[in-house]
Amino acid sequence: MKIVSIKTPLSKDAVKDLNAGDEIYLSGTIYTARDAAHKKLEDLIKRGKRVPLNLKDAVIYYAGPTPPPPRRVIGSCGPTTSSRMDPFTPVLIELGMRGMIGKGARSVEVKKAIKKHGCVYFLATGGIGALLSTKVKSAKAILFKDLGPEAIYKLEVKDFPLIVGIDSKGKDLYEKAKRKK
Amino acid sequence: MREIDVAKIKDAVRELCLKANFELRKDVLMAIKSALKKEANKRSRGILKSIIENARLAKKKRLAICQDTGMVLVNLDIGQDVILVGGDLKKAVNEGVRQAYYKGCLRKSVVDDPFLRKNTNTNTPCITSIDIVEGDKVKIDVSPKGFGSENKSEIRMFRPTASIGEIKNFISEVVKKAGPDACPPLVLGIGIGGTFETAAALAKKALLRPIDKANPKKHIRKLEKEIAKEINALGIGPMGLGGEITVLGVNILEAPTHIAALPVAVNVSCHVTRSAGTIL
Repeated sequence: MKIVSIKTPLSKDAVKDLNAGDEIYLSGTIYTARDAAHKKLEDLIKRGKRVPLNLKDAVIYYAGPTPPPPRRVIGSCGPTTSSRMDPFTPVLIELGMRGMIGKGARSVEVKKAIKKHGCVYFLATGGIGALLSTKVKSAKAILFKDLGPEAIYKLEVKDFPLIVGIDSKGKDLYEKAKRKK
Repeated sequence: MREIDVAKIKDAVRELCLKANFELRKDVLMAIKSALKKEANKRSRGILKSIIENARLAKKKRLAICQDTGMVLVNLDIGQDVILVGGDLKKAVNEGVRQAYYKGCLRKSVVDDPFLRKNTNTNTPCITSIDIVEGDKVKIDVSPKGFGSENKSEIRMFRPTASIGEIKNFISEVVKKAGPDACPPLVLGIGIGGTFETAAALAKKALLRPIDKANPKKHIRKLEKEIAKEINALGIGPMGLGGEITVLGVNILEAPTHIAALPVAVNVSCHVTRSAGTIL
């Protein structure tokens, strides 16, 4: 296990040496999207419309933050359960998405797509959203603003603490944890 | 008879919502600290430490402990000698929730309809559960429940002759299926007996009991301890990445039931198990 700092956007090259279990600090731009936003993106893709978000080498964070209290850029903002996004994920990977941040295991289809396209799935610790908010330097709702907390937010993060959950080779940290037991 | 203005209940609900979302329950925090002492795995220790640091920061800065500030359940035990004045009780309770979620910058996570799914932008309606009890007081318990763990809850109607072993297996299976998604280490609220819906309601109510407070019934207390031991032996650990502690507490509430039945409901709750209460 090694601890490294990486910056977005994430090229295929930038993630190829990350291994499941590595602890990393992520800096740069990431985008939040959870259930309703995924559904909307899927609808646009299905109807052959342009996706109003450049997914190339992008990192999507499965999160719906609390509103910012006075003098803060964002409220609490930890990860939500990733598996709910599984049905929408392979198509976003096809469109160039490189990284995902969430909590919990992923489907076989998602793992296959991660391996095929050299992507990476990061785990953030759930239930520590206040602490994680200190790593967010700016936040702006940029898409689907009518969804409120489920809008797509553009976040600038600095040293956001993550663990590699599934690496670009398809290795899954949860599988490793199960085997160790 | 004693008059209580529903505006007082509204104010209490508002303050309790804020307290529950900003201040991790003492019993839960203590259990996490004691889990840290037992945990050897370096990564799991790091996760537990960050949970403790998060609780400290949330309380100090009045930030939500978790961004899923939940759907709010308000339990009211109303004394039969109380006369409620000043308007509609349920409206007052919902107004308390609305004010808290607006004022406290808490996330509005409630949609108006399970299919149409339009956010109400107020985090209301809340779930209001009312019981009439003896006396002239109103007891209020507020629990904002996150859905990462709520989604993993299950109920099963067992045969009345089912063994304790079968029931324990079911509960272990629920925890295994929940895995990392429910944000372990967990608190389990378990309702046993009654009817289909009372078992579920009891499971939720069981979460209100401080996890360091022993169950007054000896045979239930024994069962709680056995379940906790078996689940911790699963090795799921903090955030499902392995470790000694998978449950912080197992709380059971039981009720009389039918000769044909043994309902068991498991309400899974995360390491941010929240509630706050008061008596007016």
